[in-house]
Amino acid sequence: MTIPLDGFPASRRLILKGAGAVALFGFSLGPALAAVNDKYPEDAFKQKSDADAIKSLYGKTAEVSDKVKLDAPEIAENGAVVPISVSSTLADVTSISILVSENPNALAASYRIPAGTLPSVANRLKMAKTTNVIAIVEAGGKLYSASKEVKVTVGGCGG
Amino acid sequence: MASTIRVRATSSGETTEVQALIQHPMDSGYVKDAKGDLIPPHFIQELTFEYDGKSVFVADWGPAVSKDPYVKFSFKGGKKGDDLKISWVDNKGASDTTTAKIQ
Repeated sequence: MTIPLDGFPASRRLILKGAGAVALFGFSLGPALAAVNDKYPEDAFKQKSDADAIKSLYGKTAEVSDKVKLDAPEIAENGAVVPISVSSTLADVTSISILVSENPNALAASYRIPAGTLPSVANRLKMAKTTNVIAIVEAGGKLYSASKEVKVTVGGCGG
Repeated sequence: MASTIRVRATSSGETTEVQALIQHPMDSGYVKDAKGDLIPPHFIQELTFEYDGKSVFVADWGPAVSKDPYVKFSFKGGKKGDDLKISWVDNKGASDTTTAKIQ
């Protein structure tokens, strides 16, 4: 490749153009994702206790409600795979979160429920040991909860 | 490569029930390997279901979700033969997307 004298500014311009395109692309990806969904609640997942995780996620506390239905086994033989489902008869549910009190980080999963989606979710979680499972349902801007102790015979942390 | 996502979306007329099973190690970062070294955390952070250009369900997951995660939910609407788009992103930036037909 030969670079004549006037070739230098051209290639420099190219490099600048390239950098600009990368910057544009990088910037446009971020806000576009954030606009579709709220952001991934990184901090809430880092909290150790259930109370701190709920505070970080919602900024308020939950009241116990019999309109939150938490389905979990009495005894989980294998803590690595504990089937847990949460549903609610409350109106205007916007999110459902599930916490395992004595896991290293209490928050296990948080589900965003847009209008038109039923307030019901089933999943499988890991549990380190026998502890409370807490279901949080956000409805009409308020938090409601239900909890249940699940006995774990073999912990799910592999230790 | 075959998709890591397996989905069954069934319409009952009024609602569509969606079940998804994803292949992913979901390493928590607390488990040691055979040599006694910690396996670094590697888990899906966000799983999104889109129908008709709108997200109908978004899961934010931590490492406490079981290996090869399973999730089930239902949404109102959804017609047989329509597309449901599913995508996930993990904490290492890997991702996968698939489209399933509602049955």
